[in-house]
Amino acid sequence: MQIIHTDVLVIGGGLAGQRAAIGAKRRGHEVIVLSLVPAKRSHSAAAQGGMQASLGNCLGGAGDNEDIHFADTVRGSDWGADQEVVRMFAHTAPKAIRELAAWGVPWNRVAKGEREITVDAAKKTICEPDAAHGLITSRNFGGTEKWRACYVSDGTGHAMLYTMSNQAIAANIPVHERMEAIALIHADGRCHGAIVRNLMTGELLAYVASATCIATGGFGRIYRVSTNAIINEGMGAAIALETGVATLGNMEAIQFHPTGIFPAGILVTEGCRGDGGLLLDGKQHRFMPDYEPEKKELASRDVVSRRMEEHITAGQGAKSRFGEHLWLDIRLLGADHINNNLREVKEICQYFLGVDPVRELIPVRPAQHYSMGGVRTDASGQSPTLQGLFAAGEAACWDMHGFNRLGGNSVAETVVAGMIVGEAMADYCESEAGALNLSSALVDEFGRRERQRLADITDGGGRESAFELTRLMQETMTAQVGIFRDQGRLEQAVATLCELQQRSRNIGLRSNAPGANPELVAAYRLQRMLKLAQCVAYGALLRTESRGAHYRADFPRRDDLNWMRRTLASWPEQDAELPVLDYEALDIMRMELPPGWRGYGARDYIEHPDTSARQQQIDTVLSELADADRHARQEALMPFRHLLPEHLRGNNQRLGDES
Amino acid sequence: MNQIPVHQAGRTLRIQVLRHNPRDPASVPQLQTFELEEADSMTLFIALNEIRERQDPSLQFDFVCRAGICGSCGMIINGRPGLACRTLTRDLPDNIVLAPLPAFELIGDLSVNTGKWMRGMSERLETWVHTQGLEQLDVDAIEEAMEPALAEQIYELERCIECGCCVAACGTARMREDFVGAVGLNQITRFRLDPRDERTDAEFYELVGDESGVFGCMTLLGCEDMCPKDLPLATQIAFLRRRMAAAV
Repeated sequence: MQIIHTDVLVIGGGLAGQRAAIGAKRRGHEVIVLSLVPAKRSHSAAAQGGMQASLGNCLGGAGDNEDIHFADTVRGSDWGADQEVVRMFAHTAPKAIRELAAWGVPWNRVAKGEREITVDAAKKTICEPDAAHGLITSRNFGGTEKWRACYVSDGTGHAMLYTMSNQAIAANIPVHERMEAIALIHADGRCHGAIVRNLMTGELLAYVASATCIATGGFGRIYRVSTNAIINEGMGAAIALETGVATLGNMEAIQFHPTGIFPAGILVTEGCRGDGGLLLDGKQHRFMPDYEPEKKELASRDVVSRRMEEHITAGQGAKSRFGEHLWLDIRLLGADHINNNLREVKEICQYFLGVDPVRELIPVRPAQHYSMGGVRTDASGQSPTLQGLFAAGEAACWDMHGFNRLGGNSVAETVVAGMIVGEAMADYCESEAGALNLSSALVDEFGRRERQRLADITDGGGRESAFELTRLMQETMTAQVGIFRDQGRLEQAVATLCELQQRSRNIGLRSNAPGANPELVAAYRLQRMLKLAQCVAYGALLRTESRGAHYRADFPRRDDLNWMRRTLASWPEQDAELPVLDYEALDIMRMELPPGWRGYGARDYIEHPDTSARQQQIDTVLSELADADRHARQEALMPFRHLLPEHLRGNNQRLGDES
Repeated sequence: MNQIPVHQAGRTLRIQVLRHNPRDPASVPQLQTFELEEADSMTLFIALNEIRERQDPSLQFDFVCRAGICGSCGMIINGRPGLACRTLTRDLPDNIVLAPLPAFELIGDLSVNTGKWMRGMSERLETWVHTQGLEQLDVDAIEEAMEPALAEQIYELERCIECGCCVAACGTARMREDFVGAVGLNQITRFRLDPRDERTDAEFYELVGDESGVFGCMTLLGCEDMCPKDLPLATQIAFLRRRMAAAV
């Protein structure tokens, strides 16, 4: 088996992986990126509407800052997030966007003077100030107090990914395309790289590295209907889980996006609603204000998706030959706006629905969209249980999203996490702990093990079809571990997944074509995806409360008293039926923003006694600092800057700052 | 929640695929015919997956986003390059012939190595913003201003998804392996337009000022006709040619 040595191995060529790679490379380390596909085809490219960063340049963003971005994100997470990490994120996001601006992303800019906008179904004229002319502009998104989603038309992720990839090429970082990591090499709590399968030739290779970073994105494809690209099968999270040492955090926290086109599930951006689009029911009535008078269509995604399904269940859906759905109406935005700012949406409607959104309604229904959970890491991106293993982006759970992610926070997270984790990996490589120290026997052992696992599939003579079992898994997840969950359905899902896991050990192949062999790929991925699916279903079964996107019809309230806890899943016995679930507490007494009402959604929750105690503490601290600036007040409540690399600690400048 | 039911629409499609597995010494390139029932709103993405799952699990093809934005699934569809994922079968006749994009290394069946070609093109044309001092950038400071219209113009050219359809549709690319294609020339015009890129026309001339670059174009317009993103490729090439001719 060929062995390739590098200082840093990044698994995944999307925004997070490439930014981490650039960071480590700049520090003088050798880096290799592995990617299932050409890096520019990664799923990061699918982010349409925007990247959250509190620049506050345009009128709708005026007065924005890190404090507001922080609070929006924590509320969005339904208090499931790690608040220190959210602070690190909100603080670094403006730096990330400014770096990308210098690197070449053609962000849409503020144009001074009057323009017409659509707010709450009415036209309104606003006047952008001269001073902001030419600076990066932003649009409105759900669950945010300010217009904070900076954008490039509705191809934001595409523009970001191309710029990032081009910078990686400029930095001479090799991307080994069509390479799939199928196991992590590890011993004694230390990760040493990965066993990798070449998706063109079928060969196995070993990549040996001091630091290994999982940046493989989400695992939406365990669901039947998902906005995710078909490569989002979660192999990175799965191979971390299969170490039995690394843990996965909050896997039951799955986001459903309100506007997947119906029935294909392809995403149309939240920017449609942010820019003034409306949701209509079967009678073309605008129903969201009936449920959510405060934020209407622009409540957080978990809330809007639930309201939509609730409305359909109440018999108010539009009927079509594919089933029931609702309508997204962007006609009121006008042809000019749609042709310039929502052109990908227009193309998608044209090609997949035969609908012209300038004149017609778009059929939509919620679809699986995002995995808040992932490889559990500390604030620097390193696994607390498996040294030398890092994770960044959607694949990771350092935990800035808690139980619901805000729109535009994920592309922002990818780049921010890449900036932080790239540095952390460089630090690790330079530390004593990072010294590479492994025997070739260990590499051989892992290579042999993986070769045997593949041979068990190719030569096992089983009779099950990988494609069929994959379909059954996806249908189970969509039908039983969806937006509305309850004990009965979840128990059924767990049982079905156990049975599918049994059957997946008996997969047989019809084809033994040399090379990639797509049937073999489907088979070995399925065995791993089933473990992820089980972490989601079993985690959801045991979490007897509703928080963010995890909604239990039988436990409809958020329960801070019993569930201020993050789920940690591990899979120490490879042949076990179920993961081992463990929990770590979120300490309210250390929170800058103690739990409360989110400002939308349910008002009813079970309070923790620490909440009022902490609020009193905060009030006392702040009253003593009445004259201090906002940075000092924040620092007194929950210091976070020490967690950031030194060059990312400075204050962000904004228009109108006192200099 | 959306569960994608499938309704059959009644037509039987005959899909012929040009097959070859270069990893298999016994493989000979040949057309293989598959028949399947057409479904409502069926795309070639859905059709090819159904064939692989039910008829021939060894069939190779590439899809990633299945939404027309990532550029993975370029192939020749009844003689014309296009994105398979957003091609609806109802827009095609009963007989559909699929072949891999020419001009790229074949991985197997409909899968070609566009990634390797595009990376080579990017390295050769240095398709990134060339600015001094990027590593010492002050990320705390307010960003440089840019005219809103200029930013939109740059994005217009940046919408390219490197699918390779323009290369497959290009007479020059079929004759000259080293031709950078409309995809490469478009990227040069994109960076030339960008004030953040400090390169001069003389420097761009060094990159594309010969027959493997802008002077290789025969103005057959196949690139623009076949571009799934409707990029103004012919105009950009004509414009670049004038600028490059003036640069020496």
